[in-house]
Amino acid sequence: MENITSTIQAVPLNHYILLSAIIFTIGVIGVLVRRNAIIIFMSVELMLNAVNLLLAAFSSYSGDASGQVFVFFIMALAAAEVAVGLAIIVMVYRNTSSIDINILNRLKW
Amino acid sequence: MSLFYVVAFLSIIFALLVIFTKNPVHSVLYLIATFFTFTIHYIILNAQFLAVVNFIVYMGAIMVLFLFVLMLMNLNTDTEPMKSTLLKVVGAIAGGCLLVTLIGSMKTLSTASTTAMDNTGIGLVENLGKVLFSDFLLPFELSSILLLAAMVGAVLLAKKENKTA
Repeated sequence: MENITSTIQAVPLNHYILLSAIIFTIGVIGVLVRRNAIIIFMSVELMLNAVNLLLAAFSSYSGDASGQVFVFFIMALAAAEVAVGLAIIVMVYRNTSSIDINILNRLKW
Repeated sequence: MSLFYVVAFLSIIFALLVIFTKNPVHSVLYLIATFFTFTIHYIILNAQFLAVVNFIVYMGAIMVLFLFVLMLMNLNTDTEPMKSTLLKVVGAIAGGCLLVTLIGSMKTLSTASTTAMDNTGIGLVENLGKVLFSDFLLPFELSSILLLAAMVGAVLLAKKENKTA
């Protein structure tokens, strides 16, 4: 336990912000460049996780437990979101027999 | 000290592999690896409750959901229609601009208290449970209603449509 604690003190908070920013950006790029609906969905999950990690890091560094409770709620929300989102993808696949998002471009307007 | 950097490097590599792998099944597996590195991050941060919850929810439930849907729809082929090269480059440039903006705003941020950890073990199950069931009791109960609604909604959406309707 002492080892873990000294590890945290050695890593500056800036590096956690940097890591979360990079992971979040990777998620955004994934949403922008892919056409497979499931991969886009996974990129959204990556973004959610980056935010979770940043909240947990802030919470640990400021010594306030509210941040970690908030991460817990975000995880519950993400589970619900994945269930509904994948159900929608299954329905789209059943109607169009494809999960290419370009087929859904009539939803735009 | 160096453990954080190794794990952070692995996180970034696996996250890049998630979005650049052709085969969706491989993509899901790299996503699981990314979640596992995040679990290690939580352990390094001494947030043990979050580490366990992350392990169970993401690497258990969400992985099973993704793999189940992929196998059910027989999508484990790499014949996905790709976007044009121009759109890919534009997307990558837009993402790079976002990253530069985030890092720039981080640099102007005054982060004086970077090592304020007196570490009283706030991430342990006992302390987090006390906070969760005293200050955050109502949101905790409301999230159960959210999960119930999501369950009913998912079943209703994925159900085969009635022919007569």
